[in-house]
Order: sequence, then C-alpha cells, then structure tokens
Amino acid sequence: MAFIELSNLSKVYGTTTVVENVNLSAEKGEFISFLGPSGCGKTTTLRMVAGFELPNTGNIVLDGTDITNLSPRDRNIGMVFQSYALFPNMTIGQNIGFGLQTRKLSKTEIKEKVAEMLALVHLESHIDKYPYQLSGGQQQRIALARALAINPAVLLLDEPLSALDAKIRVELRLEIRRIQQTMGITTIYVTHDQEEAMLLSDRVMVMSQGHVEQIGSPSMIYNHPATEFVAQFVGQLNLLPVSAVDLDAATCTVAEQTVHFETAAGREPGESPRLAIRPEELHIGLPATDEEVNVLRGEIASVLFLGAIVRLRVRVNDVFITADIFNERDLTFPRTGDEIVLNFSKHACWLI
Amino acid sequence: MKRGSFWSWLWVAIGGLYFFLPLLSTFDFSLRAKKGILTFVAYENIFKDPQFWSTIRFSLVIALFTVFFSILLVVPTVYWIRLRLPQLRMLVEFISMLSYVIPAIVLVFGLIRVFSGSPFYLTNSYFGTYVLLVAAYVVLTLPFSFRAIDTGMSAIDVRSLTEAAQSLGAGWGTILFRVIFPNLKVAILSSVFLTLATVIGEYTMASFIIGLKSFGPYMSLVGQNKTYESSSITIISFLMTWALMMVIQLFNRTKANNGTHSGGR
Repeated sequence: MAFIELSNLSKVYGTTTVVENVNLSAEKGEFISFLGPSGCGKTTTLRMVAGFELPNTGNIVLDGTDITNLSPRDRNIGMVFQSYALFPNMTIGQNIGFGLQTRKLSKTEIKEKVAEMLALVHLESHIDKYPYQLSGGQQQRIALARALAINPAVLLLDEPLSALDAKIRVELRLEIRRIQQTMGITTIYVTHDQEEAMLLSDRVMVMSQGHVEQIGSPSMIYNHPATEFVAQFVGQLNLLPVSAVDLDAATCTVAEQTVHFETAAGREPGESPRLAIRPEELHIGLPATDEEVNVLRGEIASVLFLGAIVRLRVRVNDVFITADIFNERDLTFPRTGDEIVLNFSKHACWLI
Repeated sequence: MKRGSFWSWLWVAIGGLYFFLPLLSTFDFSLRAKKGILTFVAYENIFKDPQFWSTIRFSLVIALFTVFFSILLVVPTVYWIRLRLPQLRMLVEFISMLSYVIPAIVLVFGLIRVFSGSPFYLTNSYFGTYVLLVAAYVVLTLPFSFRAIDTGMSAIDVRSLTEAAQSLGAGWGTILFRVIFPNLKVAILSSVFLTLATVIGEYTMASFIIGLKSFGPYMSLVGQNKTYESSSITIISFLMTWALMMVIQLFNRTKANNGTHSGGR
C-alpha cells in the first residue's frame, strides 16, 4: 500500500471546480512535484493534503490512516510556504523550536534538535537572530528547518523558491533535494517551474484546469507526454500543420514535404492533427543515408543566442519551425536568409 | 532658500499659528489669575483640588477597562475576518465607524433607555453604570481601535503565519497569544493610547451615565465656575494627550528602527 494516497479528490468553490478527481499514490521517501500553470489547482490540492482546505469529495490516506477530516495540527505534516511565514517576533532558534514546544518536548531535547536542524541547513551561527536580519534564501532555509524539526511524515513545499532571485533559487533547490534525500522524507512540491520540477522530482504530476494530465518520471513526462497540454507545457515544442495524413504508412505532408512519424499506443492524433517535434531533435544538414530520417529544406528567419543553446527559427514554405543547436566556441552562426536543411528521426516526431 | 521651500515653510508657519495661537492665548490667560503678575496659582488650585485627582483616577480606571475589553473584542474579530471572512471586512469597518456618525448624545440616550429597563437594569447600581460606561466607550472608540488593529494586521501575513503555526501543532490559543498578539504589539499600543486619550476627557457619555465622578464632567464644571482654572485644566488635558501621542510615536519609531514587526515575508 502506498504511503500517501489521494483518491478522487475534488474541491469546488461556489460553482467553480478548482480540483477535479485527483488520484495519486506516493511511496515513502518519494519526491513528487505538482506542476502546472497558475490556477490549475496544484496549490489547492496541496492545501487539502495539509488540511487547510477540506475536499468536497474524495479522501486522503497517510500511512494507512484516513486524515481527510483531521485538523492541520494533528496531521504531522511539515509545510514550507512561498512567503517563508517565519514568526517575526521570534528568533531563528525559537522559530525552529516552536513545533517542538507545542509537542511539549523538554528544553534539552528542543535545544539539541534546533542545533541539529541549523546544522542541516548550514546556518548554525544565526540561532539568535530575528528573521528580518536574514536574506530571503536564508529565511527559506530556516522555514525548511522549522518544518523538518517536528519529524513530519510528509513535507509539503508550496512554491518555496518563487520569491527568490534566480541564483539563490538554483542553489536552494539543490539544497532541498540534498536534505530530502538525507532525511528520506516523502515530499510534495508545488511549482509552476518545469525545470525545478524536472530537476528535483522522482515523479511529476502535471495539472491543468483542476485535473491531472499526467503522472510520471521527469523523462517520461518530457519524452512521452500523454496529452497535448503536457507536450506544450513541459519544454519547447513545435506543432506543425499537416496534410495528407496516412496513418497506415505513418506519413504526412508538412510544408509540402513528406514526413515519416512514429505511431504508438496512446498517441492517436486528434481531429485536426499536427506534427509535434521538440526543437532539440532537429539537426542541421543532410543525414547519412537512412530511410527513416526526415528532411526539411527552408531558410533561416531568425537566430537567437541563448548561451548554451542557439535557437534558430526556420521558415519552410511559410511554416515556421524552431530548432535548437548546442553552442560551441568556434560555431559559425547561420545568418538570417541562409538556406538550411533540417533532418530529424521519425522516432522524434509524432502526431497530436 | 529655494522658492518652493519658502512657500512650504510659509504654509507650515500659518498652520502652526492657527493651531498654537489659541493655545498660547489660553496658556497666557491661565497665568493671569492675579492682577498684574504671571502666576501658576490656577494650576496650583487644580492640583490641590481632591476632586481633580479622584475624577482623573476614576476616568483612568474606566479607560483601562475600556482598553482591555476593546482589545479582547477587536483583535480576535479582525483576525477572524482577515483569516476566514474577508468578505465581511467592509461591513465590520462600516459598523465600527457608526459611533462617528451617530452623535454621542443620541448614543447615550439610546443606551440608557435600553439598559435601564428589563432585563438589564444596569442603571440601578453603581457597578451596572460602570459596566454600561465601559461598554459605551468600547463602542465609542471602535473607529480608533478597529483601524489601528486592522492596519497592524495588514502588515503581517496573518494567513501564512496561522497556517505555519497550525502545521507545527499549535492550537488557536497558542496561535493568538504567541504568534498574532506579539506581532501586533505596536498596533495594539497605538490603539491603547488613542483609546486612553479619548476616554479620559470624554464628556457626553460620562456626564449622563456616571455624572461628576469622571474627569470630563469635572473639566466642564471647572470651566463653568472657575475662570482661570478652566484655562489651566485645558492646558493640562492637552499636555496629557500630547504625552500619550509622543509615547505612540516613540513606539512606532522603535518599531521602524528594529523592523522586528515587518512581517513574515
């Protein structure tokens, strides 16, 4: 049996359904991210797990116990907020010790646990400071230490890095992963940042408009998106108009050129299909002779330098295609108007 | 001096004169109890009057009770509205402002009419009238206490702090007394001092409910009967109010300097 299980979870506000029939099973020690755009219901789902919202239908089982109607204080769940939510009137030590005090631990135990938690987040010297004396990143580490101090069964993080600048965000997400793995704690992480979700998670639950689009490992979500929404939301994706689709031969016409695509179960195209292909799957130049490689000829419409990646916008008979190539120090950049040949494997594209 | 700066200072000076000239004149008049010399004899007379001390003591005690019950009523109310019933905020704010709109004389007659009969009979005993007076003052000072606490509450992330405390195992009592109240220290103090300043010198309600026992009616009586003492007591009550205002400023400045209440963000 799964360690935490959400079954048919729904939440309705007035006439608006914000979470619809969410099902999820997570094993002990697993790191799961809820990923989706604003308003997709990911935070509401997390808040139902925390006990701050009651579901209209469905239940939540934690380690064999139904906690659906339990108050937040009785759930033994640690929570980290986007706004840190450190108590401004308490020192860092008092903040971390707060949950231990409510559990009536002895002063010696509290002192030891606070020291242990501060060491875990590498902020030992800040024990007597107040939250306002710390930077945003440090405050969030303290919030993490405070949530972990009570030895929670599950750790919930609600967009914990959104309020931080880019550099700190990158540092802190690695820190979160390190701590989670050190403690082996089951973690649910809410984010709208796909990179964050990919990097941190064992599994990602992609949500849209209140329902689950797909649950799977980051590579599964990226390489085998179950729906058009997932394909478009996670990573970059070209969606090219097609004609003359022959499903038996697995061919279609894109910008007046024949393309072979991959057919697979669960990837049946919709009524007005389009060819989906990720920009990094497109390569420049003619391939070594191989029947299974598609070739498109066009001209460069624009070149964008993104550091590690150079993003080309290619026009193929009035169809625009984005192609990413890796930057190299001695790379000669194509120029706008240059003729270009793109090739890609039939396994790299599919019909949506 | 820059041209803009000159005009700014001119307006400040005109405003200052408008405010201070009557005060200076009152102060000057209060010193002329004896012909031909300036003397503090009017102040001496006031300070020697046992009724001055008994009324001010009485009003201070009533004010402290008002403060206590006002905080007990307003803090949890504002907290709950911000946490669970934000849609009611406008309504409660409107209700809190009613004592501004309804003249005190109307309010006091209404109170006496309702609470002197069955089933309350509050005006039948001294204790009952004290209760009525404190309750009336809680209503009268609602605009100050509600605003001060509401502003203080808006400066902290009430919802996140509450939820953080809940997830750490805290009950409502712990949340209110260990998390919310300490972070509202400055707002509560502002509310306390504004309430004190209002209640100590209040006349209308005090004179109808309790009479000459309290400071407001005493000031009025002195004003009617003693020419120079009435000016001196005006100055004394002004000084008392200013002292309270300065204490508020002092607390606000301390807050601004250490920033300990700047919220959980």
